[in-house]
Amino acid sequence: MTHVITVPPSLDDHSFEQVLDQVAPLPPDAKLVVDARHTRWASPYGLTALLTLAQTRAERPALAVPEMDETLSYWSRTAFFLHAESVYDLHGSYPKHKESAASNVLLEITPIAKSDDVHSVVGRVQERAQAIIKNELKLESKAIIGFAMTLSEVCQNIIEHAGRGGWVAVQSYRWTKRLGRRVVVIAVCDAGLGFRQSLESMPGHLPTARWDDAAALEEAVIRGVSRFRDRSRGQGLAGARNYVGRWNGKLSARSGTARISIVPSWDDDVPLAEGLAPFPGAQVQVIIPEAVSGTAGGSAER
Amino acid sequence: MMNHIDISSVLRQTLACDLYSNLVTRTTGAAVRGQIEDLLDRSNERALTVIDFSHVSMIDFSCADEVVAKLLMRYAAPDPPLEAYFLFRGVTEDHRDAIEAVLERHGLALALEQDDGIELVGVLDDEERRAWDVAYRLGPIAAAEISRQLSADEGDVRATLDLLCKKRLVMEIEGDYVAVGSHRG
Repeated sequence: MTHVITVPPSLDDHSFEQVLDQVAPLPPDAKLVVDARHTRWASPYGLTALLTLAQTRAERPALAVPEMDETLSYWSRTAFFLHAESVYDLHGSYPKHKESAASNVLLEITPIAKSDDVHSVVGRVQERAQAIIKNELKLESKAIIGFAMTLSEVCQNIIEHAGRGGWVAVQSYRWTKRLGRRVVVIAVCDAGLGFRQSLESMPGHLPTARWDDAAALEEAVIRGVSRFRDRSRGQGLAGARNYVGRWNGKLSARSGTARISIVPSWDDDVPLAEGLAPFPGAQVQVIIPEAVSGTAGGSAER
Repeated sequence: MMNHIDISSVLRQTLACDLYSNLVTRTTGAAVRGQIEDLLDRSNERALTVIDFSHVSMIDFSCADEVVAKLLMRYAAPDPPLEAYFLFRGVTEDHRDAIEAVLERHGLALALEQDDGIELVGVLDDEERRAWDVAYRLGPIAAAEISRQLSADEGDVRATLDLLCKKRLVMEIEGDYVAVGSHRG
């Protein structure tokens, strides 16, 4: 029996939960058709998470591509279809991928599996990020290097902890619905071990009385704990956390059944969401907003 | 003995291609540090090594931990392979966040060459900074003279200088103290 999974019209980190809620009750080998025909917009998180979803399935799923030309064109520019061809059976017509000079796609969806991939990603993003962060987000030049560092560290999370490859995408757009300002967004998704399993592999790991995905996320993101005994490990996410704090951004990490967020004043997300539909691996999103006049990284504005 | 290591050259030798001037990833950092250690370990005499970041675009936290923190820790350990001292050159604002974060995490400090002199960066208390500053301005200098300059107890100053020597920020040469970088090449 084939199960149809409906993708919401607007696909981001929150609405992707609707997709997972539909998938969660199904066995891993159930045949899925992921129906994105009526989807009009997707964030970098939404697109990379859709690819990751396919990686979690024992049976290769199908994907019905969006119907709107504008959506197809945008998804193509992000290289979504290029990679979706390797993990989905695609239904419907879509434009072939072309190298794009679209200014809002800082980094097309890119697979991350090894250290060299991170060098390539950071090298490719740097120049375009410089222009966008300075001219469009109106942040100090110091924010540019921090952005590249953050991108590097969240990508390395895949290499160090996932045990399999993942995806990264970076885009800039005007976030009308929630913020009314421009943002730059990094999305990094993998279907690997996830935070809890990674920390459980730490030598001598003793689970606390409340040991679950939420506790593992708190350990990793808030306390900088890593599976490695080496105390120098765990600095990457701590550095990313400091960066988003400095520029009034948002960091969220989802793993298993929980999501933890560093929530800025402009957002109304919860710091910790538990009891979500299970999803393997780790999905990290970093949002850096345009500065509001007179502030380094913006102030409350919804 | 004095060495000069251009980190970007080491990086190019480490990576499969030479397109990138970014010090990113822990793997890359470990490989770069390995090459630096190989170069240093060929010598068995006291050496001051200039670690030159001038042509490095950026460094991330993981790479800074491998290239800077672990390098300093190896040679500041109780039984180091070599009496090695380091002077960091070409470190810009773009590198400092990552480097300062790893120094803080490990309680380390280093000497940074600036246009107008040497700056100490990292974790040091006020006594260490004051003693280092006298050694930098007036060295080579005896402990007794440093204590006189600081109006401090000589025993306390000697203890502080011992710590600075262990941190590889000061060299003791024939009973006198010299701050790293005070006589630059």
